[in-house]
Amino acid sequence: MDHFPTNWGRPRNDAFDAYATHPIHQRPYNGPKDTFADGVQRTQSGWSITNPFVPSDLVYRQPIVTGSSVLAIKYKDGVMMAADNLASYGSLARFKDVQRLHQVGNYTVIGAGGDMSDFQYIQYILEELSIEEISAQDGHELGPVEIHEYMSQVMYARRSKMNPLWNSLLIAGFKDGKRFLSFVDLLGTTYTASTLATGYGAYIAQPLLRKAVEGKEDIITEEEARKILEDSMRVLFYRDARSLNKFQIATISSAGVSISDSMQLDTTWSFAEDIRGYGAQTQ
Amino acid sequence: MTSIGTGYDLSASTYSPDGRIFQVEYANKAVENSGTAIGLRVKDGVVLAVEKLVHSKLLVPGANRRIQTIDRHIGMASAGLLADGRKISQLAREEGSKIRKMWREPLTVKALSDRISLGAQAYTLYSSVRPFGVSTIFGGVDKSGPSLYIVEPSGVCLGYHGAAVGKGRQLAKTELEKLKLSELSMREAVMEAARIIYLVHDDNKEKEFELEMTWVGDESNDLHLPVPDDLLEEAKSRAKAALETFE
Repeated sequence: MDHFPTNWGRPRNDAFDAYATHPIHQRPYNGPKDTFADGVQRTQSGWSITNPFVPSDLVYRQPIVTGSSVLAIKYKDGVMMAADNLASYGSLARFKDVQRLHQVGNYTVIGAGGDMSDFQYIQYILEELSIEEISAQDGHELGPVEIHEYMSQVMYARRSKMNPLWNSLLIAGFKDGKRFLSFVDLLGTTYTASTLATGYGAYIAQPLLRKAVEGKEDIITEEEARKILEDSMRVLFYRDARSLNKFQIATISSAGVSISDSMQLDTTWSFAEDIRGYGAQTQ
Repeated sequence: MTSIGTGYDLSASTYSPDGRIFQVEYANKAVENSGTAIGLRVKDGVVLAVEKLVHSKLLVPGANRRIQTIDRHIGMASAGLLADGRKISQLAREEGSKIRKMWREPLTVKALSDRISLGAQAYTLYSSVRPFGVSTIFGGVDKSGPSLYIVEPSGVCLGYHGAAVGKGRQLAKTELEKLKLSELSMREAVMEAARIIYLVHDDNKEKEFELEMTWVGDESNDLHLPVPDDLLEEAKSRAKAALETFE
């Protein structure tokens, strides 16, 4: 017999529980399904939740402490990347001073959205890799191209083990007079463009960035690039509920890598009073 | 070497009747046959220098390095069997990786050399292995500041202000003792190190040598890096000049 009341279904008599107080926490659901997300999240190997001593291939995996968007654009002298300082715990703004931009070697910055503990692990493996390369003393240095290739292989290997690193990564760099900007995600998908964005930014900021940058990659100055990113971060702060008005910008050019201190966005909220329909207003 | 032929020198697991382990002493001989390596622990960093004897003109300049990088902030110079030195550096890098994995922090020079010395000592205990034929100088800058250690074939590990191993170590030590090491800057230490290497080489003029020199400290942003070419050239020419006045 099935001992889980959850699986018994609703009582036949609707009058028995008119206000739906019967403890059925999970009702049969017949709405649309996100087969893709379900597939990725459900088929991880791991340990059963109901019995932690039993290995199971049906454990529900999900990111826990997450970062939201990372934005990056190419400009005249190199590449610029921006990410806010928030790591959310679900919808709770849990950590507000997290740096999501990470320098690797002398030429590369990697920015991460998604699970922050997985990102910390990525920072660790890249540190190990860097030291291995340094101690080789062969005169070669890791550039953005190599880091991108390495990360894409790591991400794809992990998804193939049904245990992905839950991140979207942007990799930006400048080496040997060449700009580099690319994207890698938890499935090992890669692509490259003159503007890139992860997370909510891929929907909200990407069109803005494309409009501002495409075709003008060799014209936009550092100040203009900074302005474009700041404006996009502001729009994201207004529209993305998992964002923060505190962010950092990484600049990668022939002068090397520099990651700024945290900056505050100036925002206006006076329009909020005029919004009708919910909140304290009565008319 | 009256003990030769007595049979007590065939295994590291057997003492001689007067309490010596000949295999360890022979390992020290291997060290003595090699070009000198020195290390200077100064005010704001560490400088390592090696007199690398070039045994063939066919070798590419810069080949067979005897100074190696262990971690961003730690370097190692070895005197003795080159291949044994490479094994030591491999062990040292593995140690760095282990420490970083477990403690999420860079390893210290002290912890590293202690650990390596345990391995070296273990190789003085068994008949199935031979002791390492190298004396190794570990130098670096960590949370406790600049540090310099030598690990010998016997497994002895000691910290130094100035370290010298290899053929010319006696003369090098005398020269190092004349310096006020804790007051020198790294740049001054580079000059002194080059001078000492050129000085100790003087005795065996027949062989060519290359001066290998690296540093860790303020000048190199706490990274273990080769001394910049222009500074190295300056140090070399000054060393040669000093040599002429010395004689």
